[in-house]
Amino acid sequence: MSVEGPVTPELERAAKKAESRRGFRISLPAYVYLVFFFAVPLVLVFVYSFASRSATGRTVLRNWNLDSYERLLDPLVIEIFMRSFLLALVTTAICLLVSYPFAYYIATRGPALRNVLLVLVMIPFWSNFLVRTYAWRVLLGTDGVVSQISQALGGEPIRVLFTNSAVLIGLIYGFLPFMVLPLYAAIERLDWSLVEAARDLYANGWTAFRKVTLPLSMPGVVAGSILVFIPSLGAYVTPAILGGARTVLLGDYIVSQFLAARNWPFGSALSFAVMAVMLLATIFYFRMGAKTL
Amino acid sequence: MSSPTRGGVQKLLGLNAILVFVFLYAPIALLVVFSFNDNNNVGIWTEPSLRWYGEMFSDRAVMNALRNSLIVALVATVVSTVIGTMLAISLERYRYRGRGFLDGLAYLPIIIPDVTMAVMLLIFFFQSFGILELITGVSLTTGLHTIILAHIAFNISFVAVVVRARLAQFDRSLEEAAADLYANRWRTFWKVTFPLILPGVAGGALLALTLSLDDVVVTQFVSGAGATTLPVYVFGLVRRGVTPLINAVSVVMLIASMVLVGLSLGLQRGRSGRPAEELVDPGAVFEKAT
Repeated sequence: MSVEGPVTPELERAAKKAESRRGFRISLPAYVYLVFFFAVPLVLVFVYSFASRSATGRTVLRNWNLDSYERLLDPLVIEIFMRSFLLALVTTAICLLVSYPFAYYIATRGPALRNVLLVLVMIPFWSNFLVRTYAWRVLLGTDGVVSQISQALGGEPIRVLFTNSAVLIGLIYGFLPFMVLPLYAAIERLDWSLVEAARDLYANGWTAFRKVTLPLSMPGVVAGSILVFIPSLGAYVTPAILGGARTVLLGDYIVSQFLAARNWPFGSALSFAVMAVMLLATIFYFRMGAKTL
Repeated sequence: MSSPTRGGVQKLLGLNAILVFVFLYAPIALLVVFSFNDNNNVGIWTEPSLRWYGEMFSDRAVMNALRNSLIVALVATVVSTVIGTMLAISLERYRYRGRGFLDGLAYLPIIIPDVTMAVMLLIFFFQSFGILELITGVSLTTGLHTIILAHIAFNISFVAVVVRARLAQFDRSLEEAAADLYANRWRTFWKVTFPLILPGVAGGALLALTLSLDDVVVTQFVSGAGATTLPVYVFGLVRRGVTPLINAVSVVMLIASMVLVGLSLGLQRGRSGRPAEELVDPGAVFEKAT
């Protein structure tokens, strides 16, 4: 770097410009890649959702129409949608109820034990999702472990597999760590002197929790709920492995439009509807979370 | 740190914690045990053996899928780590036009459900191959290359998030010191910046590797005939039923992901000896995104 002459505003502006050009250049590979392999595909799905189909089922990019969106109001589709929505909601609620005390317990241990427990939560979190779901298929089948235990105890053979309950168990099992980790992070960051202050002012344990601890850990509740709700709503692997023909959910319904029914316009419209619901749910939840802060 | 809760509540909390850990680990443990079972029927225990592991290694379809998986994961990880790290540096350090748009665009692949991502890429490859054939007469098909391209598309964002977290807690005076000592930009980057963000870069790479080795949905949509990865192949088998062979393959996949977790935890451990924030708190991604 050579230092010649005084630093003028022009020089400073030029340096700033050069700096911003440099930043842009560094971002270029990612920019190009994401536009090409993400933004363009996203727009394509939108375009396809208005396309029509030929007699043989091929997608024809002519005769643009709203048929696919009209079909979203079909009772069958609404039923699948409501089932998925409810299942995702119940999954999120159960995960939250179980994870909050769990995360609270971990966050309030001593540093050494806390780190061990945390790693024990992270191992399943990072483990192969397909394999973890498959484990439940082994457990829940007619000759599975759960059924064998029930028979050994003199009960009836239980068949949970291929029901909504099986899918619910699979979703909770798959996404529970997604709830625990943000909750833990929020509770661990908490300023405990505020809780002590509440106790000093004669709040009992429950009141101190309700008025101080819970509101302060709200960011974790919000983040965890979104992290569980979104993948549950779009779940495909879990219902495909643990669910049955009568428990079709949005995820496998969308997939079947592409791989079996070959109705791409309708599948595209479905994908877009799911994405819209997720974005709305996320925004709504963040608003709610912000209000309680 | 002492919590203000009393004995009875503590006992309940402890009990809940034990139950959650049993819930998290029992299915995996049983799967491992049953993979050593010498019976054709998964549910009936006869005697321990390594039979299914032997069959797995002589199964050509499984080995072929495994090889594909490794090729895809390695290539996708290397490319997405380089591009993702550059993206992180650019977003965290510079201001330029279009940065806000790029910031949002980079978060979307994390938030979007994988079914939607799969649909998007399927249509994209179909459409662009069609256009290409119309113009040049060359007809392309899907295969390992499309799987790799798709995996890079979702991995870049995850790498960028992890590296950005590392860059955010970075002491910039170190870079200034290097510049004061007449190091040029390039030297400063390789001698100061890169070594300091390396744990973040390695963590991002391991995350990309894990995601790539795990993916079923996107891969299933963009893979061509004869080019399946191990998870997609296993997924196909699982849908048809439970077999002891799948148990053995599952355990191998499980061990692979556990080795990766161990590596990331080891790499990401800060000086305090606790797992780094970006791995503990996936929610931070969402807090940042809004």
